[in-house]
Amino acid sequence: MPVNTDAIGKRYDPVVYAVGREKIKEFAAATGETNPLHLDVAAARAAGHADVVAPPMFAVVYQQPSVGPALFDPEVGIDFAMLVHSGQEFRWERLVIAGEELTTTTSVQAISEKGGLGFYDFEVATVDEAGEPVVTGIWKMLVRGA
Amino acid sequence: MAAEFEPGAELPALKTTPDRFLTVRYAGASGDFNPIHIDEQFAQSVGLPGRILHGLWSMAQVARAQTEAAGGPQALRALSVQFRGMGVLEQEVVVTSKVKAVADGVATVSAEARQGDTRIIRNAVAEIVVP
Repeated sequence: MPVNTDAIGKRYDPVVYAVGREKIKEFAAATGETNPLHLDVAAARAAGHADVVAPPMFAVVYQQPSVGPALFDPEVGIDFAMLVHSGQEFRWERLVIAGEELTTTTSVQAISEKGGLGFYDFEVATVDEAGEPVVTGIWKMLVRGA
Repeated sequence: MAAEFEPGAELPALKTTPDRFLTVRYAGASGDFNPIHIDEQFAQSVGLPGRILHGLWSMAQVARAQTEAAGGPQALRALSVQFRGMGVLEQEVVVTSKVKAVADGVATVSAEARQGDTRIIRNAVAEIVVP
C-alpha cells in the first residue's frame, strides 16, 4: 500500500513551553547528568547563567508537545501500532536556561515509501521570545507495513 | 579535564547501567509514557522481551559522553543518531566515540552505544566545539 504524501509541507500551530528549574533538574537526574550547571542554581549563577542550564537533550521535553499532534494527525496517517522512532537529529544554537519561554513549530518535511516501509521526517524548530533560533530537530519515524 | 580532540582520538567511554526503575523516572522527566517502557505485561503482550529503554534516553547518554569529554554542555552543536537494537534495563550501556575530523575549531565525532553485542544507537555523529 503506497503512503499518502499529501501532508508534506504541512505546518502545525506553534506550541509555547515555559522552561522550569525543577523540570530541568528532574530531566538531568533521569539522564545521569552530574554537571552542577544542570542541578545547582548557585553553581549555574557562579558560571554566569541566570538559572540552571538545560542539558542539550532537554530539547526532547520542549519539542515533544509540538511533535505529538503531527504524529497523531489523521492527514499524516501514521499507524501507531506499527510506528518506530528510527532516528533523531538536533542542532543547538545556544544553551537554554530555566525561566525562558520557547516556541516550537513542527512541519512535515518528508514522507516516502520503500520496501514496504513508510518514512516520515518532521522538522521541529524552536525559537526564543525574540524569535531567534534555539534548536532545530529532525524527528524520523518509520512505519512498518506501509 | 577535557579530552584530546584530534583526528583518530577516542573520547573517554561512558558506562552506565540503567536500574529497573530508570524508564519510569525517564518517562516522568521526558513526558514519554509509552507503555512499552513502563509496563512489563504490556511490553510482553506486543512481543517484546520486557520493558525497553527509551531511544531518546540512550541518545542522551551519547550526548553526555560528548559534553563530558568537551567540558560542558555549551560545546555540543549537533547530534544525529539512528535507533536500532532494543535497549534493556539492568544491563550496562557503553558509549564509545571517535574523532573523525577537526576543522575551524569544530570536531566531528562518530559514536555508538552498545549493550553487550547489541548496538542500541548507531551511526551517531556529533559536532563539538573543541575546548
